[in-house]
Formats: sequence, C-alpha cells, structure tokens
Amino acid sequence: MSEITFNKQGQMVSRDTIDGDIATLNLGPTHPATHGIFQNVLKVDGERIIEAEQTVGYIHRAFEKLAERRPFNQITPITDRLNYCSSPINNIGWHLTVEKLAGIEVPKKVDYMRVIIMELARIADHLVCNSVIGVDTGALTGFTYMFQEREKIYELFEEVCGARLTTNIGRIGGFERDFSPVFSAKLNKFLEEFIKNFDEFDKLLTRNRIFMDRVIGAGPISPERALAYSFAGPNLRAAGVDYDVRVMNPYCSYEDFDFIVPIGKDGDTYDRYVVRQEEIRQSVSIIKQALAKMPSGLHHADVPDFYMPPKEEVYRSMESLIYHFKIVMGETAIPKGEVYFAVEGGNGELGYYLVSDGGRTPYRLHFRRPCFIYYQAYPEMIKNSVLSDAILTMSSMNVIAGELDA
Amino acid sequence: MTVHTNNDSIINVVAELTQSTAQSSVDDYGMLNFVVSTDHVVAVCQQLRDNHGFIFLTDLCGAHYPERKDSEFEVVYHLHNLVSNHRIRIRVYLSEESISIPTMVNVYPGANWMERETFDFYGIIFEGHPNLKRILNMDEMDYHPLRKQYALEDETRDDKNNTFFGR
Repeated sequence: MSEITFNKQGQMVSRDTIDGDIATLNLGPTHPATHGIFQNVLKVDGERIIEAEQTVGYIHRAFEKLAERRPFNQITPITDRLNYCSSPINNIGWHLTVEKLAGIEVPKKVDYMRVIIMELARIADHLVCNSVIGVDTGALTGFTYMFQEREKIYELFEEVCGARLTTNIGRIGGFERDFSPVFSAKLNKFLEEFIKNFDEFDKLLTRNRIFMDRVIGAGPISPERALAYSFAGPNLRAAGVDYDVRVMNPYCSYEDFDFIVPIGKDGDTYDRYVVRQEEIRQSVSIIKQALAKMPSGLHHADVPDFYMPPKEEVYRSMESLIYHFKIVMGETAIPKGEVYFAVEGGNGELGYYLVSDGGRTPYRLHFRRPCFIYYQAYPEMIKNSVLSDAILTMSSMNVIAGELDA
Repeated sequence: MTVHTNNDSIINVVAELTQSTAQSSVDDYGMLNFVVSTDHVVAVCQQLRDNHGFIFLTDLCGAHYPERKDSEFEVVYHLHNLVSNHRIRIRVYLSEESISIPTMVNVYPGANWMERETFDFYGIIFEGHPNLKRILNMDEMDYHPLRKQYALEDETRDDKNNTFFGR
C-alpha cells in the first residue's frame, strides 16, 4: 500500500501518483457491479480509494408513509419489498409485531412452520450473497448452480403462498393453509439434494487459493467499530460479535432448536462469506429439526378478528361474513400502544417500531433496516483499498437496495 | 462496568444524571421508557453507553403528534445492552417552534444516517451533526413528508366517499 501524504494545497496524495491528481469516479447509480441502484462518489488516486460518499434513496418508496394509510393486514405486501431476497422473514416479522401488539398467542405448530419458511428464506438470501461474491471475484460457475437451488426454494414458497419473490406469505395469526403434501415432498427432496450441491459450491470457493487471496483482508471492520455503527447479523458476527436475535430474544420458539451462531475474526469479506456459508448449514439443520419435531394442531391461531374465515364459511354463516368484512375493510379493533419487535433478517436485526393509537392503521411505523444502518460504514471500510476490493466489500455486506431505501 | 439487569437500577442511574427530571415508565410489553429533555439526552446516552453497557443503538426515529401542544415532535431512541440483554426506549419531546436536538453521532456513530433520515422526514434539526442533509428524498424537496399535515392521498379527489368506511 502506498503511503498517503498531503500536498501544499492540503489534498491527500500518494507518493505513487505521478502528478498528485485525485480523480473523482462515479460508481453507479446503475453499474453492473453494484447489484442495485447505489451511487458511490469515489475520490481515487490511481486505483486506490481515498474517500467515498454514498448517495442513497434511488428507490425510496415511502413505505412508512404508505403504512400510515393501510390497515394492518395490508402492510404485509409492503414488507415484501424491503429485503426482497428474503421476503418471508419480513412478512413474518410484521405478523409477529402485530401479534405482539394485539397479544395474540399462536399455536406451536405455527411457530415451527414459520421457522421452516424463515430459514428457507435465510438460505436463499445467503445463497444470493455468497454466490455473488464469487461472481465479483470472477467465479461465475458457483453462482449458476446456487441460483438453481434458490429456484427450488422459490418453488417451495410458491407451493405455500402462490408467489415467489414478493411472497406476502402467511397471515396475522398463522398461515392461510397448512403445508400441502406436495410441499412436504418437495421440501424433503430439497433437503436431500441441497447439501450435496452446496458442498460442491463450498469446495469450489471456500478453500480455493485464488479466492482466498482475493477476499481475505478486503473491507475489514473491527468489532468495536461494527458495534458503534450498529451493525447486525452476519456482518457483525463476521467481526466477532455473537449477536443473533434468534438467540438473544427468541421468537417463534427458536429456543427449541439446537444451532450454533458462527462468528468470524477479522470482519473482512472472507469472514462474512464464511459466516454466511455456515449459517446456511445451520439453517438446514434447523429446518430438519423443525420437521422432525413438528407438532400437530392447527395452522393458525383462533383469532377471528385478524384471521380470515374460510371462504365457504363466508357464504354460509353470518359471523364469518361479519369478520370477513371487518378484516377486509380494516375495521378490526386493535389496542393502543407501542411495540418494538425484532427478527433476525437475512442481514441482521430487522426491527419494527409500531405505534398504534387504536385506529385502523398504524399511527407510526418505523422499520429498522439493517442495510440502511450498516451501509453508512462503507466509506470507512473501503478507505485505502483498491476499487475491486470496494466492489467485493459491497457485495459481501449484502446491501439490498429495497431494504436500504424503504 | 456495572451491568444492570433490572429496571430499577437503570431508573436510578438516569434519575441521577438528569437530576430527577426524567420520567420513566414500563409499558405493557415490558419495555422501560424514559422521557428525557433535550439538554440531558446526550449525557444520558453517553453514560449509559460508557458505564452501563448500552453500547448498541438499535434504532433512532422521529414521530409527529400534531395535537400535542408544545411537544408536537419526538425523537425515539432504542438502546440495547448486549450483555444483560436489556432494551430501553428513550424519547425526547420537541416543540414545533424549537425543533432541534443535539446530535448523537459522537456517542453512537451509527446515528449519523438515522438522524439524517429523521431530519429528512420530520425536519428535526440535529445540532452538531457532521452532514445534516436529506438522505432518502430528493434534495429539492421543500417539506418534510412524514409530518401528519401531509395527507398521503390527494385530498382534492371527489370520486371516493369515506363517509361510511374507515375511521
């Protein structure tokens, strides 16, 4: 690394630079290497980054304002569009928030079903991130294979809720229907085949000399700085802090499952990659445990105020018709109060701060979006690194534009 | 460092720092809430971070209550003690006339963008913030859209009648 000094005008220059000029480079907003709409204004000296500033907000859709006009059940589709690589976690996180506000207890079976769906979503999310790190280092092959696996996960979601990417999965109080036999068959087949294919991907990259040389030391962050920046999720764990919402504040009966929280050491791209790889394996293990221990019972809570009655009942019985009407029109009574509820999203603590004044819509809803919070550390992490490392750092942080801009 | 695991000891700490001007309450969901004045908020957070383990700023956001006179706005901080796994909520009331509050960036660097977001949407001024400008909305915007006076829907529409529906 070249030493940085200052010239007479007070500008930072490196001794390598022939004329001491610093160039300004716009990385983005639409650049194929940034996987989304991000603009970074970089001050570069040759290929070394001296300074960076991000511009965010290109796909801001005013979700918090929209949410103030929508009944609680209509906010679920909004949450789809936060981290769209793992929509089910966002959906279920929102359901759990409303259930906490309204004091709804769900059956154990719902918890286990949710855990299966959320862990599938986590696998899909981490697969995208890790295979794309491979792409950014020039290893396209692993990506094509892992996207096939992700496709299978989307087929599973499709089997449960009919949608693939923006899932709108589940309802407040549970699921709209029980897992079908087709889903179970597909899931078992997936679990059988996935680890085999995933191991292949793992072998391709994890101990690959070229890959390791490329990513070790790229974009590191110390645990102190990571905590100061309120990092969460795999990025914080890669820096060596074992904070996982699933363990710290278990929701959805996560305390019933035996899994480890992998941590890294240096907080660099390689550690982030390895932590995600291990989390995928842990998620598979959690799904297997949940399937093995799946309790019997109903797939939804008995909360007619929030959970839609079966359609044939609506045509037959007066109560069902009334509840159906109330839910669709958003006329359900909800307590006044404030809740903060967090789930472990694909990128870390995904929080919902919900203020209800007892009306049909939230009075205030704020999403704690992990991407938005940790992306601000990006300039610090790429300072003095080369441009190609900056690309790797961004993809390994898994910055998702939808979650960033809300 | 003392690690507080019960609400009483945190209440005492905050009371001491603010000369008992802080109001505390535990909400229905078990979260400890404080109302702190703008003068004290940075000192309180600094102390809680340095000496009482609240090293993690989970969330910072604003809210607008137009019907509440002299405290129309509030800034809400969620702090988390990762050792004792204790979460607290600190809120600061601001009036529309003096809508400014000291920045938290020096205590929690991660507050930087959260404060910019709060400024962007509510127009709350964070004094001493290194780069207080809009973050998600475009720079040319001349209002703060999450304030309650801005209705989401066009109020001049007359093709919708909400007389019988909606509260």
